Amino acid sequence: MDTYALLLAATLNAGTVLAIAGLGLLINERSGIVNLGAEGMMLVAAIAGFATAVQTGSDWLAFGAGALAGAVMAGAFGVLVIWLNTNQYATGLALSLFGSGFSAFVGIKYTQEHLAARPHFAVPVLGDIPFIGPALFRQHPMVYLTVLFMVGLTWFLYRSRAGLVLRAVGESPESAHALGYPVRRIRLVAVMVGGALCGVAGAYISVVYTPLWVEGMVAGKGWIALALTTFATWRPSRVLLGAYLFGGVTMLQFHLQGEGVAISSQLLTMLPYLATIAVLVLISRNPVWIRTNMPASLGKPFFPGS
Amino acid sequence: MTTSTRRSVLRTTAWSSLAVAAALAGCSKKEEAAPAAASEPAAASAAAAPASSASAPLKIAFAYLGPVGDGGWTFAHDNGRKALEKELGSQIQTTFVESVPESADAERVFRDMVAQGNTLIFGTSFGYMEPMLKVAADNKAVHFEHATGYKTADNMRVYDNRTYEGAYMAGVIAGGMTKTNTIGVVGSIPIPEVIRNIDSYTLGAQSVNPKIKVKVVWVNEWFNPPKETEGAQSLIDGGADVLLQNTDSSAVLQTAEKNGKYAFGWDSDMTAYGPKAHLASSVNIWGPYYIKAAKDALAGTWTTGHTWWGVKEGAIDLVSISDKVPADLKAKVDKVKAGLKDGSFAIWKGPIKSNDGKEQLKDGVTADDAFLGGIKFFVKGVEGQVPGNK
Repeated sequence: MDTYALLLAATLNAGTVLAIAGLGLLINERSGIVNLGAEGMMLVAAIAGFATAVQTGSDWLAFGAGALAGAVMAGAFGVLVIWLNTNQYATGLALSLFGSGFSAFVGIKYTQEHLAARPHFAVPVLGDIPFIGPALFRQHPMVYLTVLFMVGLTWFLYRSRAGLVLRAVGESPESAHALGYPVRRIRLVAVMVGGALCGVAGAYISVVYTPLWVEGMVAGKGWIALALTTFATWRPSRVLLGAYLFGGVTMLQFHLQGEGVAISSQLLTMLPYLATIAVLVLISRNPVWIRTNMPASLGKPFFPGS
Repeated sequence: MTTSTRRSVLRTTAWSSLAVAAALAGCSKKEEAAPAAASEPAAASAAAAPASSASAPLKIAFAYLGPVGDGGWTFAHDNGRKALEKELGSQIQTTFVESVPESADAERVFRDMVAQGNTLIFGTSFGYMEPMLKVAADNKAVHFEHATGYKTADNMRVYDNRTYEGAYMAGVIAGGMTKTNTIGVVGSIPIPEVIRNIDSYTLGAQSVNPKIKVKVVWVNEWFNPPKETEGAQSLIDGGADVLLQNTDSSAVLQTAEKNGKYAFGWDSDMTAYGPKAHLASSVNIWGPYYIKAAKDALAGTWTTGHTWWGVKEGAIDLVSISDKVPADLKAKVDKVKAGLKDGSFAIWKGPIKSNDGKEQLKDGVTADDAFLGGIKFFVKGVEGQVPGNK
C-alpha cells in the first residue's frame, strides 16, 4: 500500500513541472500564438533559477529569476512574431535552439555547484493521514499552487471579461481588432505570461526537482508540455490531468521495472506522444470539433489594417 | 510599422547578426593547452611518421560524450587528460571536444581532429566505435584509441576500466550498511558492462550479507538527470536504501540525500553533491593509461590490442569512504583492494548461478576476460530480467 502512496506522490511531483509549463503555453496558444521555444525557455530559466539559488540561497527568488528569464525570451519571440510577423513555428524552433546553447554557455561555471539541503514539506495535520497523507500532502508548496492556479485560470478564461477578450483574440483577431481591442499588445502580454510560467517550470526543475545544473537537463520536458497543451484541447483542467498522466507514465515505468514486470520502457516513453496524436486525429476529423476545440487563429499571422 | 520600415529593420538586424556570428566564430569552443605557435599543415603531420622529431609536440585530441562539468564520466576523462599534460608537458599538446553525440556527427568531429594535425585520438564512449573505424581506415598514420568498445584495427585499439571492481567494493559496503536488505541500482543501457556492474555489486553485497535483494531500474540513457532522479525515487519508494548508479550525473546521489538514504558516487568523487548520503565513490582514473598511450606514440612502440586495467594498475579505486562506514567493513574493503592489487583475489569465481537457476560458473573456475565481456545474465539475488532477453 505504501508504495502506491509514494507512487502517487512522485506522480504529482513529476506532473507539476509539465502542468506549470502546459498552463503557460495554454495562455500563449489561447491568444493564437504557438511558441515552440518552450524547451529553450525552460533551459534558460533553469540556469537562471539555479544560479540565483546558488548566489542568494532563496528558492523563491530563484523562481522569480526563472520567470523573468522566461518572460524576457518570450518577449523577444513575441516582438519577432507579432510585429515583424515571422513564421511562428520557425521562430519558436530558433528560440528553442538558442535557449539550449545559451543556457549551456552561461551554465559552464555552475556545473560543479550544488545547493544547500532541500527542506522537507508536509501539511501539518493532513500529512499524517495513513494513505492520503504521504500520497497528497507532503509536497513542495508549488504543487498546491499549481492546482490553485489552474482553478484561477479556468475562472479567468471563462468567467472574466479579460479572459473573454483573450479568447476572442485567439478565435478571430480581425473581429477583436474591429471592435477596437489592441490585439497585438494583448498577444504580447499573453506570450510573456506564458513564457514566465514556462520559466517557473524550468526553475522548478533545477531548484526543486533535480537540484543541480547540467547542460540539457530539462531533457525534453518542454516538448512534452507543448504536446500536452494540444492533448488537453486547450482546457486548463485537462492540462492538469494530462500533466499528471504524462508524469505518471514515467514513474509507472520505473515502478514496474522495479517490480520486475517486463513492459518495454521505450514503449511507455512513447505513450504521451501517441496519445497526443490520437487526440489530434480525433478532433480533426470533424470541422465542427476543430472549431470548438482549437483556437481558430492558432499559428496564423495577424496583419491589422490589411 | 510600414512595410518599408520593417524591411530596413530586418536588413539591419540581419547584417548585424551576421557580423556578430562572424566575430564569435573566431573564438573556438575547443581549448588549446598551449597556444599553437605555428599551425602545422594538416597533410604534413598526417603523413609524418609517429616517431616525430623532438621539436614538434605530439598533438593529442579527446572526444567526450558529455560536458566536462558533468561531475561524472567525462569529468574523470578530463582529469586523465590533465594528468597527462602534467606528466608530459611540452612533449605533447592536447585539445578536446565535448558533448560529441554518438551519431554520424561524431565522424565529422574525428575527421576534423585528423585535419587539425592530431596523431593520437581518444574516443571516450562506446557509441563512437563505427565512426572511429571509418576514420581510422582513411587515416592509417593516425592512432585511434576507443574506450569501452570491442572492434579494433591496425591503427585503432580498445581500452577499458574494470569498473566492476569498483562496483564490487561498493557492494561490500552496501551489504553492510543496508537496514532493509534491499539495495538498488539505477542502470543506464543494458550492455554487458552495466549488467556486469550490477552483478558485481550484488556479489559484493552478498559476500557480507547473503540475505540482500537487488532492484534495478533502467533509464535507457547514459545521461538524463531528471529521469535518473525519477528512477532513484522509484527504487527508494520500493524499499531500497543504498543506491548504486551507472549513469553519468549526480542526480541519484542527490535523490538519496533528499530521502535520507545512502548512495555511491560513480566515475568521479561525488562527495560534495550529497554529503550525508555519500558512502564512497568508485572512480575511474584514466591518467595512467593516457600517459602510457602517449608514451607509446612518442616512442613509436604503439601497437593495436585491447587493454583492460583495474585496481591493480591504478585505474579504478573506491575513494572518500565515509566515516559512517564502520571500521570492520572498511577493513573488508581494504582486504579486497589488496587482493585485487596483487592478483590473489578474483571477484568472478565459481560457483555462480544466474537468477533463473542456471549455473553460469562452475565451482572453483575463475572467469576469463572473454566470459566477463559477454555477461548477459543477472546473478541470483537480482530481481527481474535483463531487458531484451526472453
